[in-house]
Formats: sequence, C-alpha cells, structure tokens
Amino acid sequence: MAKIDRIDLLIAGVGGQGTLLTGRIIAAAAQAEGYDVKTAETHGMAQRGGSVVIHVRIAGEVRAPLVPQGEADFLLAFETLEALRFLPWLSPAGTVIVNCQEIKPLPVLTGACDYPEGAVETLKNSAGRVIPVEAMKLEPVCSQPRTANVLLVGILARLLPFPEETWQKALAEQIPPRHLTINRRAFTTGWTHQPRP
Amino acid sequence: MTATSRKLMSGNEAIARGAYEAGVTVATAYPGTPSTEILEQLSRYPGVRADWAPNEKVALEVGIGASLAGARVLVAMKHVGVNVAADPLLTLSYTGVGGGLVLVSTDDPGMHSSQNEQDNRHYARLAKIPLLEPADSQEALNFVSAALELSERFDTPVLLRTTTRISHSRSLVKTGERREQERIPFQKNPAKYVMLPAFARQRRPLVDKRLEALRREAESSPLNQIEEGRSRRGVICSGMAYQYVKEALPEAPVLKLGFSHPLPEKLILDFAASVEELIVVEELDPFLEEQIRALQPGVPVRGKELLPAAGELAVPLLREQVAGDEAAGTEPLCAEELPPRPPLLCPGCPHRGVFYVLKRLKVTVPGDIGCYTLGALPPLEALDTCICMGSGLGIAAGMERADPAAAGKTVAVIGDSTFFHSGITALIDLVYSGSKTTVLILDNRTTAMTGHQDHPGTGVTLQGMERPPVELEPLCRAIGVRRVFTADPLQLRELEALLKAELNAGELSVIITERPCTLLERAPAAPLTVDPHRCNDCGLCLELGCPALSRSGESALIDGSICTGCGLCVQVCRRKAITGFSAKEGGED
Repeated sequence: MAKIDRIDLLIAGVGGQGTLLTGRIIAAAAQAEGYDVKTAETHGMAQRGGSVVIHVRIAGEVRAPLVPQGEADFLLAFETLEALRFLPWLSPAGTVIVNCQEIKPLPVLTGACDYPEGAVETLKNSAGRVIPVEAMKLEPVCSQPRTANVLLVGILARLLPFPEETWQKALAEQIPPRHLTINRRAFTTGWTHQPRP
Repeated sequence: MTATSRKLMSGNEAIARGAYEAGVTVATAYPGTPSTEILEQLSRYPGVRADWAPNEKVALEVGIGASLAGARVLVAMKHVGVNVAADPLLTLSYTGVGGGLVLVSTDDPGMHSSQNEQDNRHYARLAKIPLLEPADSQEALNFVSAALELSERFDTPVLLRTTTRISHSRSLVKTGERREQERIPFQKNPAKYVMLPAFARQRRPLVDKRLEALRREAESSPLNQIEEGRSRRGVICSGMAYQYVKEALPEAPVLKLGFSHPLPEKLILDFAASVEELIVVEELDPFLEEQIRALQPGVPVRGKELLPAAGELAVPLLREQVAGDEAAGTEPLCAEELPPRPPLLCPGCPHRGVFYVLKRLKVTVPGDIGCYTLGALPPLEALDTCICMGSGLGIAAGMERADPAAAGKTVAVIGDSTFFHSGITALIDLVYSGSKTTVLILDNRTTAMTGHQDHPGTGVTLQGMERPPVELEPLCRAIGVRRVFTADPLQLRELEALLKAELNAGELSVIITERPCTLLERAPAAPLTVDPHRCNDCGLCLELGCPALSRSGESALIDGSICTGCGLCVQVCRRKAITGFSAKEGGED
C-alpha cells in the first residue's frame, strides 16, 4: 500500500453517538500501520446530548492534536447539522462522509430555531466531495442504530490506504466482544458501500 | 516502526500509568472534568489505594497524611478544585513531605467544562513549589516520576499542570515497569509538621532556600530543552503551546520549559543571547512572559501583544499572529448560521421536573455545579446563579440578609455529591444564622456530570468497597434543620405543593428530591405516545425542555426511541392527550 504523508480528520456528532469509540478505532488502525497518531476528544459538559467533535491526526510525526481549520482531509459526520457545523475545518479538496440523519437540537424542538433545510445540498456546494449515507436504512443499522458509527468507519476505511485486516484488528481491539459481530457487519456494509475510487 | 510497540493513551491515562510505575501507593481526588479519568484509571492498577474524597481539600489532606506516613502519593483535581485545596497546599509548602507528593491540576483553557479558566501555574509561584508542564502523553507519564523524585529530593509538594488538550488528547506512549518504593514511617518532628507561628517562622527561610536550589536544578534539568532552529526569533513555551509552536513555526529555535517554576533564569538569558527577539507562547496568563521580561534579557520580549490571554491557542493563530504568514490558511469553507446544540438534561432526568416547578413558582434559584446547572438554559431557565461548588446555599443566605422578604421567594438547589463536597458547612450557616429559606437537595445517587462517580452518600468506593452510606435526612436533622422532607421529583403537583408550603413556613426547610440519575437506573417503563385527536398543539409540554418531545406541526410528537416514560409530560398536559403512562410503571424505583 502507498504510504501517506498526513491524514487529518474530524469526527462530528451528537453526544451518545459513539464519536469517542470511532476516533479510537481509526487511531488504532493508523497506529497498527506504523504511523504516529494523536486524537483530541470532547468530554464532560459537552457530552450531555451536545455537539461533540473528535480530532484525529495521522502522520510520520504529529505535533498538535487539533486539526487546524480548513485543513481536514475528511469530515466523518454522524448527523447532518453537525456536518455543517464542522465544515469550516474541511480543506477545499476534503471529503465529507455524512450520515443523513437529523437529530433536532433543543432550540429546534422548542421552536426557537429552524433546522437548516437542504443540509446535504449545502455540503455538496461547499465541499470537494460529499458521500451522503442513509445509514439508518442499511443493515444492520436499521435494527441496531448504535452501529451507524462503525458503518461510516467502513466507508472511510475504503478511502484510506490501510488493508482490511488492519481495520478488522482495530475493531476487535476497541469493541467489547459481545458487540463485535454486529459491528463487523456494519463495517462490512460500509466497506462495500462505495466502489473504490 | 516503533509506533506499534507503544500504547495510545490519553494524558490522564498516562498520568495514572506514570504514578503506577513510580510506585505510588495512595491516590485521592474529587471528580472534575478534565481530571476525572486519572483516578479512575489509577484505581485499576494493583498496589494502589485510590479513593474519591468528598472534596479537594480533604483529598489533599489525605494525600499529606499518606505522604507523611512515607507513601508516594498522587492527588488529582481540576483547576478550580485547587482553590478548595489551596489552604492545605500553601502550608504543605512549609512542612514539606515524607514520601513524594504530586498534585495534578488539570486546567481548562477555553472553558470546555468549567466556570472559569484560571491559570493554575500561579499556584506554583504562590506556594513556592516546583511546577511541571507536560506537552503530550509520554511526558505526562514521565513527568509524574520526575515530580515524585523532585518532591522527595527537595522536600516539597510538586504541581503537575495539564490542560484539557493534554488530559483528553491521545498520543503514543512507551510504558515501563512498576518500581516499588520503600516506605519510611512517620517520625515525630513538631518543628517541621506543627505550623505554630514560631515553627512556621523557622520553616519560612527554608522555603526560599529550597526555591533557589530548585532553580539551580531547573537550569540543568533535562525537562528544559533548547531545540536549535534557523530563525532569529527564539520561542519560549511550555505545555501544549510547544506542539502548536513546532507545527506553526518549524524554523524557530525553541526553549521548551517542562520544569517551568522556579524559572531557569540563566538558561533563559543564554537562550536570549543567541536570538534577536524572544516570543513567549503560552496559553492563558503571561505567566512566563512577565517573569522573563523582569530578567531584562537584552532582546525584545513579546507574547500577549501577539497572542490572546483568553481561550486556547491554535496552530492557525500562531501562523497569523507570530509567523505573520497570511498564505498559511486557505479560505475556510463557511457554514451558515446554525442552530446551537447545547448540552441538555437527558430524557427522564429527575432534575427536569424540579426546574419546571421552580419556574412556575417564579422563585429565585441560587445553584451551583452539576448537571442541574443546565436548569439555567431555555426553556426551563429556572437556575439563577452558578459560582462554585456549594455556592447556592450561602448565596440564598446572603440574599435573605440583604432583603429579609427574599426567604419566602428563594429556593437554593444543590446536588447530592455537591452537598457532601461543600454544602454541609453552608447548611450549618443557614441554621446558625436563623435563615428561613428553602433548600432543595437534588439526590440522584451519583456524581452525574463527570460520568457517574460514587460518593459518600452511595456507600460504594472507587475501588468497589461497600461502606455505610451517609444519609442526607438524618444529617440535615442533626445539623439542626427541623423541617426536612423527601419528595419524588417526578410527581409535579406534590412537589409544587410541598415547595409552596415550605416557602411560607417562616422557617428553614430542606427538601430532598430522591430519584436516581436516569442513566444509572433506567426504569423499564414503556415510551409514551400522543393522541393527535386530543392534542391541540398548545405547546405546554415543550416547556419541559425534554429532547423526546417536539411538534409535528399539528400536534406534539414523542420520540419513542428516547422517551423513558417518566410521565412528566402526562402531568403537564391539560387535555390528557399523552398516554401510555401509569403511575405504577413510571413511578417506581
């Protein structure tokens, strides 16, 4: 596999969607491939259903754990509003992988604000490349919504130069055994979702 | 590649590992973001006794005792926790230690999870003790050992200061083996350990001598490093700022201070002599900058004139402000004005009904720190003050003293863990001062906001030992409160009636609302549904601020995937349009 100089990515979602675990899976895969890796996580107050973002940086040597604005190669978003929120971190040539799920924040639920319309279109007009995914309609996410994050990891994995065995090993390392089988299925759905570019 | 032989660890995990390897046998803390995982991780290692203390002052005092009895000790807390522990800390500097003692302070620039962003490096100066600042997880691990060795060699507590981006960032770490330490038992030495004025005056010059000895140590310490560079502007930095500097200013010579107090003055002057200008890059206050300027290094010193003192630093900020590199940043893709997604009380949260009732009663609600601080946000908007842990009770007392009529219009709120932390002494003040106010203790049987840590009221310790739980009701009675009641926070009418009665009682009352955090004990109640024929879309139920409730355009809607069936909306609805709730199902523990 061709070596990469650097991959910067952001994982955005809503507290409880598995952003922390996703960051750990990607970091474990990068580490297994011999790269230096750093992540920056959101904990505490931000996790009570709030907006959550994880930075993951992969390179021969990583310094700051935070991806500078405008420099992320990938934005992995588990919810469309959160994809829009962290769009400023994406580089002009970057790729957005977005789960087309809308989770309305409280100000929208109470009628104080409107949920942005045509979010995926906005993403398409702004980003180099957008891969929208109806994860909630795909197996096994439709019956196990909590596996949506790993399905998106599968899609991302296909775009990164790490072999599938590395990803499978990273899944086994990071996911508790009783949830591993269903998450492997989600990963495979993602892995086979897009033809290799 | 060496990466595969290392472990990806957060700064907090690395601190715990470092403490384990350095032979720490006693560790204490009070939970607080971003410090919490240090003790949680350390509690899993063999040979370490790790406990939650009721507050940071007690945590440090336990640490002092263990140190005097010869153990190597780690005490951890968030930055504001050091304020609570400052009393023992500043005199511990005079007595010195037995076994090594490291105090970890996790600061929070940017206030991701805090009420202020104080720069705790000042505590090292104030207490005249050494300060270490790791720049990644590997250093976090290594610096714990270094801190404990300094502590024992120089007879001083050592402050290890991280920030959120150190504590909650993961990077690769090479671990080692545990090195058991010999414990030297406590030896009676009143002139050293009894800080009567006469003895303290004898210790005072020793503190200054120690500081000078530590300064000489810092001059040659491997924790302080000069890295050559090609530019003529030299950078001095510490902690996470170092990583930003290496990325944004790769050409600059760098003096990296891992051991940043007392300042290695000669090292700084030598570094200054090799450059034409010094740039000090540090997060928060000009802590290093002001001291470096005072050394008159002979070249211009710039820092806060280029970089903000508030919030976090970032690579693009350094590129623009220090490198003057306009081309560095491409035009970022712009997101439109987006609705915010503030953190919120979970569906089924027992705090929700309390704040709904308090809002209806139009009372003033002094409060403090916990999930319940979210009761200040729309649509509940009931909480009126949040200053620090335990502050609501004292503030209620003060309001009453300024305006005696306030007692009948004020309800102070405090969580169970926070009550044990610093509410008890305030309640004693309310009794002693003859207050007629009303206090609500929101007992959800856990320290929820930081991720469900046990506390003295749960009767379970960090390492899973069972102890007699401290009971709130008898405790309040023993303090002298005569009107003590318990209530179910999910029964709105009863709670409102009780609150009204106690606001008019003309005497101090404590109401303890009892209901475990919904994430802790999920009631197996079925989700509720809205009957669209009965619902007139009045929006009353939305006033609860429950994320399971929204509007379809014609009626209210309940998201069955997150509804816990707590039944608050059933009680609020005037048209009996919400069904599926029976008091038995939803109302039992």
